[in-house]
Amino acid sequence: MTQPVLQQTVGAAYTRILSVGAARGDLDVPNDDIIGPIDSSDEWIRQRTGVISRTRASASVSAADLATTAAREAIARAGISASEIGAVIIATISNEVQTPSMAALVAERVGATPAAAYDVSAACAGFCYGIAQADALVRAGTATYVLVIGAEKLSDIANPTDRTISFLLGDGAGAVIVGPADAAGISPTIWGSDGAKWDAVGMDRPLREAFNDRDGNFPTLRQDGQTVFRWAVWEMAKVAQQALDAAGISAADLAAFIPHQANMRIINEFAKQLSVPDSVVIGRDIETTGNTSAASIPLAMHRVLAENPNLSGGYALIIGFGAGLVYAAQIVRLP
Amino acid sequence: MAQSKDEVLAGLAGLVNDETGVPVESVVFGKSFADDLDIDSISMMTIVVNAEEEFGVKIPDDKVNELKTVDDAVNYIVSAQS
Repeated sequence: MTQPVLQQTVGAAYTRILSVGAARGDLDVPNDDIIGPIDSSDEWIRQRTGVISRTRASASVSAADLATTAAREAIARAGISASEIGAVIIATISNEVQTPSMAALVAERVGATPAAAYDVSAACAGFCYGIAQADALVRAGTATYVLVIGAEKLSDIANPTDRTISFLLGDGAGAVIVGPADAAGISPTIWGSDGAKWDAVGMDRPLREAFNDRDGNFPTLRQDGQTVFRWAVWEMAKVAQQALDAAGISAADLAAFIPHQANMRIINEFAKQLSVPDSVVIGRDIETTGNTSAASIPLAMHRVLAENPNLSGGYALIIGFGAGLVYAAQIVRLP
Repeated sequence: MAQSKDEVLAGLAGLVNDETGVPVESVVFGKSFADDLDIDSISMMTIVVNAEEEFGVKIPDDKVNELKTVDDAVNYIVSAQS
């Protein structure tokens, strides 16, 4: 008996980010509003993190709401119909429930149903993980267009008395449409993990432990700042260089450098280690948005393009890194 | 190659100056990085990474927190070199 031949799909030869959308929390929270519980000062926070204020969302606004707003802008700017989206990927650590996914809800809200929809748990690297997957899905012919969103409401898991990370955190969402292109627009992804540093940044305790806590204290984020700083600058500089090498370009060919907005000190030292020329625009959205984890790269990209529309079509190095520890980097052609 | 304490101190003072602008003559034995020289944890880590390269030693993350004073750092580096 002759076995029938299976069919497999082949998609576009090249992909690119077609558009970007953004939504920030509706509240501007300056340093003075959060220094009390951490016995700190505006100057202390600015000097150590570069943050002047962060955007946070009102109680009635969820991460899914922010994701929906950002996604609608990205879809409109791409000039496609939501019904053409084959997959919705949301990178987040802010889903209010362990299941179902935030992506299924947002896909329905934006009119992308019945697109495949799932969340990615890769913390601050999540957006670049999503780009890696979207690029692969389109080139494999599994989807024509993919909606990738980074969406966070980190204020829900920030402890006002924590001095390690909570005062950095903001709320927001950034979204992009990845689709077919005439020329290469997303370079090979350099990604990986280092579970030996699983404890370096993350929740302060397991959900089950919090569930049994009679005081009802919810798990919150905390980090070992020095360990994360060393890894984020010197190890990630190597990863960023690998991404440039894999793309076949150098830092001098970049229009923009848009790293995860973890801390201004990390961004500045990172740029120094990578020898990013002065001509390259560096994403520094953290100054007024704060650290929004998976949302920070698309939010910073949106701002870089809003302030420098002439950079459209140029190359940007994007690199996400965070809890896991996990990381991912690509060079992308800016929409 | 092992260096003397004074040689390590001179090199360390240069690294501290590069990162923070603290004058090299202020970086002397008996000084605390945080309390006397006003060096924060992020600058300290930058100095540590640069010191690893300068002196050819490894300074693990869990050791960094123990280097409170100039003496701690110089002694650790000299010991690690030998």
